Amino acid sequence: MHELSLCQSIYGITDRARDGRPVVTIHLRVGALRQVVPETLTYCWGVVTDTTPLAGSMLDVEPVRAELICRSCGATTVLADRFLIACAGCDGADVEVVHGEELVVASLDLAEPSSAVGS
Amino acid sequence: MGRYHRHADGTTHTHDESHHGFRDHTAYATGPERVTVLERIFTENDRAAAANREAFADAGVICLNVMSSPGAGKTTVLAATLTHLRERGVRAGVIEGDIETSIDADRLRGLAHQISLLNTGDGFGGECHLDAPMVARALRDLDLNDLDVVLVENVGNLVCPAEFDVGAHRRVMVCSVTEGEDKPLKYPVMFRSVDAVLINKTDLLPHLELDIALLEHNIRVVNPRTTLLRMSARTGDGLDEWFAWLDQAIAN
Repeated sequence: MHELSLCQSIYGITDRARDGRPVVTIHLRVGALRQVVPETLTYCWGVVTDTTPLAGSMLDVEPVRAELICRSCGATTVLADRFLIACAGCDGADVEVVHGEELVVASLDLAEPSSAVGS
Repeated sequence: MGRYHRHADGTTHTHDESHHGFRDHTAYATGPERVTVLERIFTENDRAAAANREAFADAGVICLNVMSSPGAGKTTVLAATLTHLRERGVRAGVIEGDIETSIDADRLRGLAHQISLLNTGDGFGGECHLDAPMVARALRDLDLNDLDVVLVENVGNLVCPAEFDVGAHRRVMVCSVTEGEDKPLKYPVMFRSVDAVLINKTDLLPHLELDIALLEHNIRVVNPRTTLLRMSARTGDGLDEWFAWLDQAIAN
């Protein structure tokens, strides 16, 4: 249950980036190798933002699939259901994780459309 | 829920996007404004971890983060380890993380050169892990210049501690043979994050149906590079190999 800690970090990042402007949605990118439960994250977000200017804002989680590149044969492996850190091409274990460890606040949707005229 | 917005003439109001038609705000750009952030959620923790690492480096201290499920034997392993380090003249500090109680800290108090207790139930919301800012807080109670090594005994948990860099140079986990062969597959992030796995309580093997070779195979599946060490902290069997690994980690 480290989702509460994560939400506190997301709050800090969002509050700095919004620069006083109201926010509707916070877009996150979460890698498959992270142990984040989206439902728990959403629940904790409600707890963390309650009585703050970000109350009522939504977290939108974009999952990122885990992807490996083999250092021996160069093949790319996308991890599906099994957590097997090995190359699907040559079975080698000398692989680099290129995707799947993301845990990023990607962007914010602001509540108020930007005005073309006036303030 | 209504949408609050401002018109070109300066008036503001809230409505259900009906009187201009859906998102047909002809006076200004349509759709929500998107602000690109691209900031890692762990940035703050990792910054604190880097500061901890720098504090260790300044004092010439090596730090190990010791993790496991509850009851795997972390404290017993640490008690034996502290005795070994004291015999070698290595000054060891312990950061003891528990949600509640000072039971583990009391067990280690006579063995460690210095000890700092962190109850995560006390001011940290009962957290199930130690993060870098918590370890920074614990470091205030330790005089790093009077230490050679710091052992962090993390909160017993196979999930959350794996995610948080606390500034340690090495990550070690204790996995007891009573936990079964499949734990590495169920908790791959933890097993993947560590430099060594201490397979503890091997004295119980005659009473179990555990296939220890399969357990080791499953650890290798998720972490091909980690060091595997079989031991019983209770009988002392296999501890010498662990001490040799540790001594080398401290020397580097």
